[in-house]
Amino acid sequence: MPKPGSRDGQAFRMSRRKMMKGVAAVLGALVLPEKDASASVWEAFFQKNFRELSRPELEKVIARLEKEYSGRFGKAVKVRATPPIEGVLYGYGLDLSRCIGCRRCAYGCIQENNQSRDPQIQWIQVLQLNKERGVDLEEAELYYNPAKVPEKGHFYMPVQCQQCERPPCVKVCPVQATWKERDGITVVDYNWCIGCRYCMAACPYGARHFNWKKAGLPAAEMNPETHYLGNRPRPVGVVEKCTFCIQRVRNTPGRYTACVEVCPVGARKFGNLLDPESEIRYVIENKRVFILKEDLNTRPKFYYFYAT
Amino acid sequence: MNMERARRAIVPAAAAAILCLAAAGVLAAHPQEAPAGTAGAASTHVPHGPQFAVPKPPFSPGIFPCSDCHKEIRPNPTRRELKDEHTDIVLNHAQGQRWCLDCHDTTNRDKLRLASGERIPHEESYRLCGQCHGDKYRDWKAGVHGKRSGMWNGEKQYLLCVHCHNPHDPAFKPLQPMPPPVRPENIK
Ligand code: SF4
Ligand code: SF4
Repeated sequence: MPKPGSRDGQAFRMSRRKMMKGVAAVLGALVLPEKDASASVWEAFFQKNFRELSRPELEKVIARLEKEYSGRFGKAVKVRATPPIEGVLYGYGLDLSRCIGCRRCAYGCIQENNQSRDPQIQWIQVLQLNKERGVDLEEAELYYNPAKVPEKGHFYMPVQCQQCERPPCVKVCPVQATWKERDGITVVDYNWCIGCRYCMAACPYGARHFNWKKAGLPAAEMNPETHYLGNRPRPVGVVEKCTFCIQRVRNTPGRYTACVEVCPVGARKFGNLLDPESEIRYVIENKRVFILKEDLNTRPKFYYFYAT
Repeated sequence: MNMERARRAIVPAAAAAILCLAAAGVLAAHPQEAPAGTAGAASTHVPHGPQFAVPKPPFSPGIFPCSDCHKEIRPNPTRRELKDEHTDIVLNHAQGQRWCLDCHDTTNRDKLRLASGERIPHEESYRLCGQCHGDKYRDWKAGVHGKRSGMWNGEKQYLLCVHCHNPHDPAFKPLQPMPPPVRPENIK
C-alpha cells in the first residue's frame, strides 16, 4: 500500500483520475448524443422525470414534443398533460355474458392510442375460452379465427391493463419510470423508461408491451389528440400499455374510452368508482363480479361481470 | 337516484335529438304527434318517468309513416299470417303468443301499443320491450345493458333496443371477427 503523499500514491491517484476520464470519454461516445446532435436531442437527453418537472419545464417539454411530432406526422399534434380530476377513481366493467369476441375493441384501441401497426402491438388481447372449463387461462386461445363469432361452446374474455391498486409493475421498475396516478391509472413516462422490461415480467396480465422498432404508424391514421402519459408517439425501446384512454377520460366532460365506444354489443362499461350513481358502481352492486387472478392481491380496478 | 341523474344528463341531448329527428323529416311529417316522445324530459310534467335521448328508430327505408299506406286500409284485427304485404317479416319472437297488433296499434298505425292500451311513439319503444324484459330495461336505464356513448361524466347517448335487436327476430346475429393478432414468431 503506498503511503498517502508518497510519489507512488501520487502516481496511483493520477492514473486513476486519468482512467476515470478515459472511461467517461468512452461511455460518452457510446451513449451520449453526438456532438452535432440538434439542441432538442440534448434537451430530451437531460429531461427530468415527469413527476419532477416544474410547470415551466413541463411547458417547454410539451412544446418540444408537439413540434417534433407535428413535423414528423405533418399535422398539428396536441400533447396534453391534463392532471387527474379530484374525487375520481376510474373503474372498468366487462360483461362476459355479452362479449362475442369480435376484436373490434383491440383495433379501436390501436387507432385511438397510436400503436404500431407493423410491427404489430395490441394493448387489448381477446381470449377465447371454453364454456365447460370456465376461466381457465391454460385453455385460452388468442388466435381463434372462425368466419363468425361467437362460436358454440365458447365465451370470450378481453384482457388489458387492469389498473391494479397494488401494481407489481410499478414496484419492480428500477428507475421509477412507471407509477400509479391519483385517479388510479398506471402510467409510463416514456422519456424516463430505460427499456429493461422488468415491469413486463412482473405484470401478471401480460398487459405491457415493448416496442422493439420504430412504430409503423401511417401519418394519415395518427391520432393527433394525445396525452404525455398516454397515446403520444413513443420513442423506440420503451414499454407501453392501456391507460384507460387518459387523453379522453381526464377531461370534463370526458369521452368514454375508445373500446367502450366501439364495442358493438355494449359489453364494456366505464366510470368513477367513487360515484355511487355511476354505471360501474351499479355493476358492482347488482351483478356477479370477479377480478382476474384475485389471489395475487394486485387488486385490479377492472371488473369482469355477468349481466345475466 | 340513477334515473334522476340520467335524466339530468340527457335533457340537452333530448333537445338536440328532436332537432335531428325534425331535420330527418321523421317528425316533420307528423309534427302534431312529435312532442310526447322526445320533448318530455324538458317539460315540467313528465308523463311516464324519464325520457331518453336516442337516435332515430331504424325503420326500413320508406316504411314510415305507416299511415301513408294504412290510412286507405281498414284494419283487420283477426290474427292471421300476412300474405300480401310485409311478407319479409318472419316473426321469431314468441310468435306462438302474439302477432302484429299486440305491439302495433290498430287504430293509430304510426304508434306502438302497450298492454295497458297506451299508445307510444317508436322513439319510446323501450317501454314496450320493457313490459316483458323488465330486468334488461332496468339495466338499460342504468346504462349497463346495451351500448352507451358520449361522455362518461357528461352527456350520454343511448340506443333503442331495436338498434341492436330486430324486434321481429331479436337474437344478436354473429359477426365476422377482426383478424387475430400476428404471432410473435411472425413479427419481423
Ligand atoms: S368489441 Fe366488445 S364484443 Fe367485441 S371483443 Fe371487444 S368487448 Fe368483446
Ligand atoms: S395490469 Fe399489469 S401493467 Fe397494469 S397495473 Fe397491473 S401489473 Fe401494472
